[in-house]
Amino acid sequence: MAGWSTHIGMAVSLPQANIDTDQLIPARFMSVPRAQGYGRFLLHDMRREETGDLKADFPLNAHEGMSVLIAGRNFGSGSSREAAVYALVDSGIRAVFAPSFGDIFASNAVNNGLLPAQIDEATYETVSQSLERRPHSITIDLDTRSFQLGAVEARFWIDDSWALKLINGWDDIDLTRHHSAAIAAFKNTRHQTSAWAWPNGAD
Amino acid sequence: MKPISQTLLDKLWAAHEVLRRNDGVSLLWVDRHLVHEGSHHAFAKLKERGLSVCEPNLTFAFVDHYAPTRRGSQSLDPQILRMIQTLRQNADDHGVHLYDLDDPRQGIAHVVGPEEGLTLPGLLINCGDSHTSTHGAFGALAFGIGATEVAHVLATQTIWQRKPKSMRITVEGALGFGVSAKDIALGWIGKLGTDGAQGHAVEYAGAVIRGLSMEGRMTLCNMSIEGGARFGIIAPDETTFAYVKDRPFAPKAGAWEQACAEWRGLCSDKEAPFDREVVLDASEIAPTVTWGTSPEQALPITATVPAADDVMPAKREAVRDALAYMGLKAGHKLEGTAVDQVFIGSCTNGRIEDLREAAHVLRGRQAKIPGQVSPGSAKVKAQAEAEGLDQIFKAAGLDWVASGCSMCVGMNGDLVEKGQRCASSTNRNFKGRQGRGARTHLMSPAMVAAASVTGMLTDVRRLLERRP
Repeated sequence: MAGWSTHIGMAVSLPQANIDTDQLIPARFMSVPRAQGYGRFLLHDMRREETGDLKADFPLNAHEGMSVLIAGRNFGSGSSREAAVYALVDSGIRAVFAPSFGDIFASNAVNNGLLPAQIDEATYETVSQSLERRPHSITIDLDTRSFQLGAVEARFWIDDSWALKLINGWDDIDLTRHHSAAIAAFKNTRHQTSAWAWPNGAD
Repeated sequence: MKPISQTLLDKLWAAHEVLRRNDGVSLLWVDRHLVHEGSHHAFAKLKERGLSVCEPNLTFAFVDHYAPTRRGSQSLDPQILRMIQTLRQNADDHGVHLYDLDDPRQGIAHVVGPEEGLTLPGLLINCGDSHTSTHGAFGALAFGIGATEVAHVLATQTIWQRKPKSMRITVEGALGFGVSAKDIALGWIGKLGTDGAQGHAVEYAGAVIRGLSMEGRMTLCNMSIEGGARFGIIAPDETTFAYVKDRPFAPKAGAWEQACAEWRGLCSDKEAPFDREVVLDASEIAPTVTWGTSPEQALPITATVPAADDVMPAKREAVRDALAYMGLKAGHKLEGTAVDQVFIGSCTNGRIEDLREAAHVLRGRQAKIPGQVSPGSAKVKAQAEAEGLDQIFKAAGLDWVASGCSMCVGMNGDLVEKGQRCASSTNRNFKGRQGRGARTHLMSPAMVAAASVTGMLTDVRRLLERRP
């Protein structure tokens, strides 16, 4: 995965709290192989009529080429489905700004190069109001954890280890392989001191 | 020097920490990894890199999310069949034990793991499912992970994780008549919100928790994620040991004694500091139902549907939106709201005790509305049938079907139709969770049974009076 430290794109506001991962992608689409692309499923039931037609007044439908979402607190709560992140990424979304995120969603996001940028409620209100459902250009700087959106310049928060991972495009499996000796030693010790921790009959 | 007091979280974390990086993120050893049909993304990632499963003996596969609950009666939807076939292929390719559809021990990972003795105190358990917190009921460090993390665990048997903050929810006093673990869960989430415990591992403590059965503890830990906590934990005790003993994969003989000795130390030290403490009075918890589209939109069954003005300004829009979706009017009594159908099952409330509680309400009574009972596992189903519970459900007019995640998530085709109101023993009342436009009310299995008898949201205590 390619790392990134700055992004210039268009931001749109999705002024709702608790957009859970069932909203981000309803379960019925999750049997599709990733190679087929998940973008068309993003927020499917929120943005589409039952006929499948896009609702004209939904913020993401009214404008094309959006790459940043500004959403209410507790974004991505609920199910651990990484497909919610795939739907965002495959739609061209690079960052989501919100006052808080579901824990599992945030870590899934980082694993796919998507920035979960935490902002305080006051910043959220300011940004959300300045967008008023009209998109605006945004510049994100991961190194300084700051962004500029129109007249608003503010900071966001992200776990330092996650910021580094996004910037460098690190992959955890590659990183962990450097520690294979430590893992083997740990396993050996645990097996000796806590043999009960292995399924009875196995190994 | 006085030894440093540790929380249960501290002890479990230390026991699994392979190393801690300078930035504070730990690499943790994973004792059990549970996978299911939805893990296909992770297996695909493994294949892309030409990797194999690092510890197949610590990996167990379950057909649950897509498991058909009416088996043999109709041919499977090709999409669903493909999901199950893919899991079979992946389990076979990597030498992973699979609990397949025809296995007498098949069922939902979070029900079968404990039943099989795969879930033990002191273990670290991962699964690509947010309700993995269920296993914390045994004093295990158990948490849900995403597909990239699943691939990482498959490849390395470890996981990177920053230690969460600690939070203790103490429930003191005694539970009232007709009040269950589900009501404790909906009660605290209603109070603190769906992000009330975000970033925290919740340890449940207090007299009420000690008095809960393992089934009740699993229900409570299961729902932790609905309050934002990736982890829910309860210190193991004699109730835990009695449940685990002699399970197929549990330690035997000398290993059992050694394990129990270690497990007895798995509790928070008396002086251990928590980042956050919440104390609840059990006598204030009533049978609870959700009225909205978030688990935090929960109230005692005796309450009325709230108006937007009843809540803090930041939550008003969500209330308006939820009322519109749910087709409810502010100010109306919750009790008496007409319900179209019921569902009993899921990893939250699909265990034998849940079915007993529902059957206790239904015995000798008729359901006014249709409904489905799906035991959490084939073993729960067999046990219920041995106890004659299936006859009670069937006599009442409810469908008695096979086990799986079923109508909790609707992936297997068990769906609630648009606009239909379902009283459900499950964990999420999100919009569209049980089907597009479906209206879900979460509650305990006994409350679901009560709703089926009257065809309305009902205070189960009315139907439990004068029951032996």
